[in-house]
Amino acid sequence: MNIRKRNQIYVLKIALLFAMVIGLCFLTLSYGETNNLIMQFRIPRTTAALLCGIAFGMAGNVFQSLLNNPLASPDIIGVSSGSTAAAVYCILFMNLNRNLVSIIATLAGIFIAALIYRISYLNKFSSNRLILVGIGFQAFFSALINWMIMKAAEYDVPTAMRWMNGNLNGIVTDSLPFLGLVVFICFITIIALNHGMQSLLIGEQTAIIHGVNVNLTRTLLIICSVILIAFATAVSGPISSIAFLSGPIAGKLCGRNHSNIISSGLVGAILVLSGDFTGQYLLFTRYPVGVVTGILGAPYLIYLLISQNKKGKL
Amino acid sequence: MSKLKPYYIYIIGILILALSIVISITYGVKSVGLSDVVDAILNRNIDAYNVSVVQARIPRTLFGLVAGASLSISGVLMQSVTRNPIADPSILGVNTGASLFIVFGIAFFNIQSKLSYVGLAFVGGMITAILVYKLASSGYSGPTPIKLAIAGAATSIALSSIINIILMPNSNVMTTYRFWQIGSIGGASYEDILLIMPITIASIIVSLLLSENLNILLLSDEAAISLGLNLNRTRLIAAFCGVFLCATTTALAGPISFVGLMVPHFIRLVIGSNHIHLIICSGLYGSSILILSDVLGRILGRPGELESGIMTALIGAPVFVFIIRKAKVQSL
Repeated sequence: MNIRKRNQIYVLKIALLFAMVIGLCFLTLSYGETNNLIMQFRIPRTTAALLCGIAFGMAGNVFQSLLNNPLASPDIIGVSSGSTAAAVYCILFMNLNRNLVSIIATLAGIFIAALIYRISYLNKFSSNRLILVGIGFQAFFSALINWMIMKAAEYDVPTAMRWMNGNLNGIVTDSLPFLGLVVFICFITIIALNHGMQSLLIGEQTAIIHGVNVNLTRTLLIICSVILIAFATAVSGPISSIAFLSGPIAGKLCGRNHSNIISSGLVGAILVLSGDFTGQYLLFTRYPVGVVTGILGAPYLIYLLISQNKKGKL
Repeated sequence: MSKLKPYYIYIIGILILALSIVISITYGVKSVGLSDVVDAILNRNIDAYNVSVVQARIPRTLFGLVAGASLSISGVLMQSVTRNPIADPSILGVNTGASLFIVFGIAFFNIQSKLSYVGLAFVGGMITAILVYKLASSGYSGPTPIKLAIAGAATSIALSSIINIILMPNSNVMTTYRFWQIGSIGGASYEDILLIMPITIASIIVSLLLSENLNILLLSDEAAISLGLNLNRTRLIAAFCGVFLCATTTALAGPISFVGLMVPHFIRLVIGSNHIHLIICSGLYGSSILILSDVLGRILGRPGELESGIMTALIGAPVFVFIIRKAKVQSL
């Protein structure tokens, strides 16, 4: 198979994924008992699902590719819970508005990512150590989040649960344009860095030979993905498993030749949209999207673990 | 590092424990004097406000004592059985497994009694521990620390999403669970303590009797077998004791993480790996640490309190990171 044909197939697959996203959007918009609520509730909800899915999917994929380990997604190594902790603090105790919250959550996320990297860097970089340190941080921030929720929200369990799982109920319209803008800018940046990222995937030496500014590329990519995670988290809460699942699924679907930026974003959107739809209509109780996707992620995580162990990668 | 004589460590441990018990009883939102404590113990002067404050704090402190010792000893046992420095009830997913079974029991069978809590917690914890250990030991190199940690984290994530599925439709269960899953020694009563005491004491005695075997187990499988040790039986009994110890605590107090990780680690640094000393000292210092973090939670969380489960995670997670940085474990 020559390169041109392979590229055509890749474009075709992307187009198919895109068509699925569009289809799911229409499905979530049109399905339901009454139709006069579309403008008020469903459009913001669907838009939020779309944007958050893309954001989580792309960001997770960047992390997994850069650290060259499918387990290194931001929701496992504590970056997401770091920005969630910051966001919860700002929302519950300081009553800041959503955009400011997103910015603070982003800064916190970048700081935490840098800290985890710095702490796990001893003599040389080891992605295993990074994951372990990340698990420690994850535990620390979960405790912090639990504490804040205990203190603040005795009257408001739904808000509390949103910050534990991710939930699309009660999305506020005015936070969406900003999120859209951020997703767009980060998307453009990551696409622009695509070449560097692909060389980095092969190896640091190769990237240097290709003339890539390794440190700059890596830093920019990490910052972009933390921004994506933080802004999406501030809108929907940390929807579980999306960041973790999208990259590997996209890799399975579209092959590993590409850095799968677009496809992982689209897969993320598909996961969130379908998870939300399932949670709303297909189950006997209305579940928030995070619970549904959490159930999806769990078996995959265990499968991944077993297969990685078999390969002796860990 | 030269190892100190266990003798000194015991004395210091007992002193610290006594001190932390006194602090825990006298200090809090309402501080009381020693005379009130004496009154409360002798059951004199019960109508006085200070005395009833003390009487409310005594079961809590006692429970902290039992729970701290149980969790730390459970940590020692799990670390020895898996021969792995970062094994701990929370890392191995025992806490989440116990939570899942308890939530299941509350939601579908409407269980009420503390005894059934303990039973369910034990079954859930045991199943999860075995599952995580099996997951981690698949592949060639056996259960290395990183595989164990990741298998535990993954299983915990998986089980918590099942917990969420059960909880979401039942808001009354959710409210109970939200408070339980934080982990606190505050709600304990004398009956609770009496209920778990026999199990705890029996498990501790069995693990002390087992300590010679555990010492041998640390060498290597081959060496242990050639010294005539029944490997599987030793492992099984030790694992049973470990899960019993932490499941009882978890059933009553909720998941309290990281005590079982950090206490044995530091004790081992000071005293070496002779299990008989290791188990006793971990018990002593574990109790002190849990009681002190409960006190610290009361100080930091004013005017309410900060649950001890949160406190131990806030203290323990940095310790965990520190251990990983220090660890000269293979594959790190």
